[in-house]
Amino acid sequence: MIEVLSAGALATVQDLGRTGALNLGVGTSGAMDPLALAAGNILLRNEENAAALEIPLLPFRVRFTRPTVFAVTGADCAPRLDEAPVLPWWAHRADAGQVLSLAVPSAATWRACRAYLCIAGGIDVPSVLGSRSTQLRGAFGGLEGRPLREGDLLPVTETCGRAKTGFGITPPGLALPLQVDGLTAVRVLPAAEYDSFTPSSHEALWSEPWKITSQSDRYGYRLAGPELRPQRPMELRSHGIVPGVIQVPHGGQPIIQMRDAQPSGGYPKIGTVIEADLWRLGQAPIGSRIRFVLCNWDEALDALAATRRWLTNARRLVELYCNLGAVR
Amino acid sequence: MTMDLPQLSLLGTTALLFEAPGETSLTTQRRIWALALEAGLLPGVREAVPGMNNLMITFAEPPRHRGQLEHRLIELWHTVEPLPAAGRCLDLPVVYGGDGGPHMADVVAHTGLSVDDIVAIHSAPTYTVYALGSHPGYCYLGGMDQRIATPRRKVPVLRIPRGAVSIGGSQTGVSASDGPSGWNTIGSTEVAFFDVERTPPALLQPGDCIRFKTIRVLR
Repeated sequence: MIEVLSAGALATVQDLGRTGALNLGVGTSGAMDPLALAAGNILLRNEENAAALEIPLLPFRVRFTRPTVFAVTGADCAPRLDEAPVLPWWAHRADAGQVLSLAVPSAATWRACRAYLCIAGGIDVPSVLGSRSTQLRGAFGGLEGRPLREGDLLPVTETCGRAKTGFGITPPGLALPLQVDGLTAVRVLPAAEYDSFTPSSHEALWSEPWKITSQSDRYGYRLAGPELRPQRPMELRSHGIVPGVIQVPHGGQPIIQMRDAQPSGGYPKIGTVIEADLWRLGQAPIGSRIRFVLCNWDEALDALAATRRWLTNARRLVELYCNLGAVR
Repeated sequence: MTMDLPQLSLLGTTALLFEAPGETSLTTQRRIWALALEAGLLPGVREAVPGMNNLMITFAEPPRHRGQLEHRLIELWHTVEPLPAAGRCLDLPVVYGGDGGPHMADVVAHTGLSVDDIVAIHSAPTYTVYALGSHPGYCYLGGMDQRIATPRRKVPVLRIPRGAVSIGGSQTGVSASDGPSGWNTIGSTEVAFFDVERTPPALLQPGDCIRFKTIRVLR
């Protein structure tokens, strides 16, 4: 078990998300930074989709009740095992009774806001409708369908102490950076109503910084910037949407749908942040500013291939290290 | 440009959106249901998810060349046989206005109708479940009288309660759980649309229908 000693609000159990239940109105949920979750699992030789803890508000403390191999990925939040500092993006072993503390993220390396605590064998909550991710709106999945709180005991598997330790990987924030004018940038494919916006709205979308307001969470990021205006008002029929869709309500301030987004909506869509860049958004802190970069289909697929290549390389390195260790 | 061609658009690299041409109708929706069954079987497709006279197709793997898939969808659209809307019907007791209908005044202001007119018009039709979406168990309903159509709110409300009966543009529906919404809430009801322990978890499915029964009108 892992005992939660102190939890900021909104820490949840997540895997890579729930597919196959959209026809029930059930959105995908899943890690806001899927790359950090998958990479943490790779370090522990788990399946990439194993469930971990997503921790958006720090500090956060847990106690391991048995020997446990773990990795902290995502934001660099100066992890400590009891008093000793341990490296993020690195596989470590904790003894029974040891306490892991995560502090407020440092912006010294790169700006990020969510940490992932990955465990060898994964967090062993039941799979509901094909996923262990917490469905907050539906109150199922994860641990009892809710955010974690003090005193929670998270189940782990029999194999939680068995993975190899003593190695790590370079975080994607450093390996795959994307910035414009010093701000986090994300690539966008135009969506159905793009052409229905005014030329000055297009200009603003691509050239202005967009602030992530305090009304932003796992459901969506409400942005502040210049007003985006359609050429004439639009009322659309409700239709399927996905994480990354940039809706523009009639007020003119865009909302990016995130992992807990509804699987359908009706506000006009000016574009969609490509899947390959959703992790960057997931790590962009409230109050920070981002830039949008126009891309085309081929570039979007190339970007997706680049993130997969990064994960494949990480897995190859981990396997290489672990097999070498076995020979010795 | 002809108006009777379906429109295809991208939702990033995650999905493709198919929008049927013409005015929203049950006939078109029955073809959407049929198209969803066929599209769900196409190679490279993960899910085919009906909306209101439209269909979202999510990719198992986004294809480098989308032409073949897009062409096949259009072809299927012209050849599918509409599925029947032969489901069961659910009566829902509704209290209109008051604390449970905080945006009734906005609908009055937009339509110029009285509260009594709005209630009478809203509770008259038998609404067909066109699609599930938004949140677990939520039903998109077709058949609302366009006299009470009211635009979605300028800024979405962060939390409306389960059971909220609301109008968004030319559509109406009932919230299945607490959550954010851009729709105008005009009343409230009691119903459990979704239970993950149940098989199937959703109470209603496309083709079923809902009737609203007026319990009280609060002013």
